[in-house]
Amino acid sequence: MKPWAAPWTFVGPALFVVGAFFALPVFAALLLSLTDFDLYALANLKNLRFVGLGNYIDVLRTPLFWKSLANTLYFVVVGVPLSIAASLGAALLLNSPLARFRGFFRTALFAPVVTTVVAVALIWRYLFHTRYGLINYALQHMGLAPIDWLGDPHWSMPAIILFAVWKNFGYNMIILLAGLQGIPADLYEAARIDGATRWQQFRHITLPSLKSVMLLVAIITVAGYFQLFAEPYVMTRGDPLQSTVSVLYYMYEEGFKWWSLGRASAIAFLLFALTLLVTRALLHFSRRGEQA
Amino acid sequence: MSARSASVLVNVTLMVAAIVVLFPLLWMLSVSFMQPGEASAFPPPFLPAHATLANYHELFERAGMGRYLLNSLLIASAITLLSLAFNLSAGYAFAKLAFRGRERLFQILLGALVIPAQVAMIPLFLLMKWLHLVNSYGGVIVPGLATVFGIFLVRQYARSLPDEMLEAARLDGAGEWRIFLGIVLPLLKPIVVTLAIFTFLASWNDFMWPLIVLSDQHWQTAPVGIAGLAREHQQDNELMMAGSVVTVLPVLLLFLGLQRYYIQGLLLGSVKG
Repeated sequence: MKPWAAPWTFVGPALFVVGAFFALPVFAALLLSLTDFDLYALANLKNLRFVGLGNYIDVLRTPLFWKSLANTLYFVVVGVPLSIAASLGAALLLNSPLARFRGFFRTALFAPVVTTVVAVALIWRYLFHTRYGLINYALQHMGLAPIDWLGDPHWSMPAIILFAVWKNFGYNMIILLAGLQGIPADLYEAARIDGATRWQQFRHITLPSLKSVMLLVAIITVAGYFQLFAEPYVMTRGDPLQSTVSVLYYMYEEGFKWWSLGRASAIAFLLFALTLLVTRALLHFSRRGEQA
Repeated sequence: MSARSASVLVNVTLMVAAIVVLFPLLWMLSVSFMQPGEASAFPPPFLPAHATLANYHELFERAGMGRYLLNSLLIASAITLLSLAFNLSAGYAFAKLAFRGRERLFQILLGALVIPAQVAMIPLFLLMKWLHLVNSYGGVIVPGLATVFGIFLVRQYARSLPDEMLEAARLDGAGEWRIFLGIVLPLLKPIVVTLAIFTFLASWNDFMWPLIVLSDQHWQTAPVGIAGLAREHQQDNELMMAGSVVTVLPVLLLFLGLQRYYIQGLLLGSVKG
């Protein structure tokens, strides 16, 4: 074997897999989104026609697409800050020198992250049950009226957000905890000597030091939450009144229920473009904030 | 606030948070042992009046859960073992072997990380159909054989290996693969364990792609299987909780056993993002 060839025997197999089963399909999706690929084309490729931007225009004219976009944005805009707040709160507690049994608490709070989303969504579907659910039981104890969590279009998305926060906050908690542990202790020492209160220390030392970690966490979480799918699939099937149809759920139904694969590809690209736009914007504004 | 009351506040809050977080999992376990119908009551019972394995019997005898779990185990194990081979060799080469276009290729791979997997799924389905891999283990395993994330993780770790040691082995006339298998691989052991548990958990828990490519119940994985059962058995809470227990328990136990490696991988993977 020639010496220059050896490295390619190392990277070749992995590059082939990534190329053939990821890069190629991504390019194919772009082409597919410009065709009317449907059940007829699936049977016989002769039925395939090029439609240009027709799918995109079509999708943008469909009310259900805008509904699914609004639902997804609701999930992202409310769910991401809540998740990160929960993660930060838990990380601060775990990082406190006063905390005991930290290893145990860290494991306990992290446990939902490694569970199977479908399986735990079933638990929460039951917890949210209008008549037998423990959450309504708890509300009743507090003197509140029961809520038809998964049956009332006003409450279905909040219910899914609560579930998602529970499931995911542990992930960012670990990253933020590592960030907190990286802040030099003498910063706090100096602040204490200057008479800074706990809140002032948090506001002027902790938060600024966590800035880059927070940005990372925000980007990972936003990108992840835009991919909402399994939760509504298991808990609500997009109902009630399509209040939990996410963009990805809409794509799945268009593609694999109605076999409009061209349209579904267009939806996938619209979602990708939106995710990219929002994460780039986050990056951009945080950089501008640094210069100011 | 005195130091003592601050300490009580911190620890009590942690305790309450842990109870709230763990409660759904414990309750799942408790309900799975209840008599069919027992949990459909108000107020919901916390513990089974007479613990029974009836739901587990039903699950395995009639609902085909054993088959789903076997499918999951085989698929997740195959993906883990095979992707380790692909990702380890590629990640090491990107870190330590010189070849033309190395940096550029790696930048392109990193760039691909921003593309969500769902974008590729529709053509991937057509590709799998063409390869006759729809409704087979291969349909789930093949696209998971190598991941950009895995390559990235291994490269990050392998960069810290000393070059002098590799050079010395080359001077002794050892081939690149012998160096990799004999010298490098043992040194990569921590990242091998990390990547293995990461991959296994991700494959076990994966939902959307297996749902798409495995429409035949015979081949479905545990998450896809219980999602289907949940649609048929809307009211059978006890049965569904038993299904959730057997799906979640394997990964939860695996995580508890190897959590040090898992957490390390999580941090290493998010360093650069």
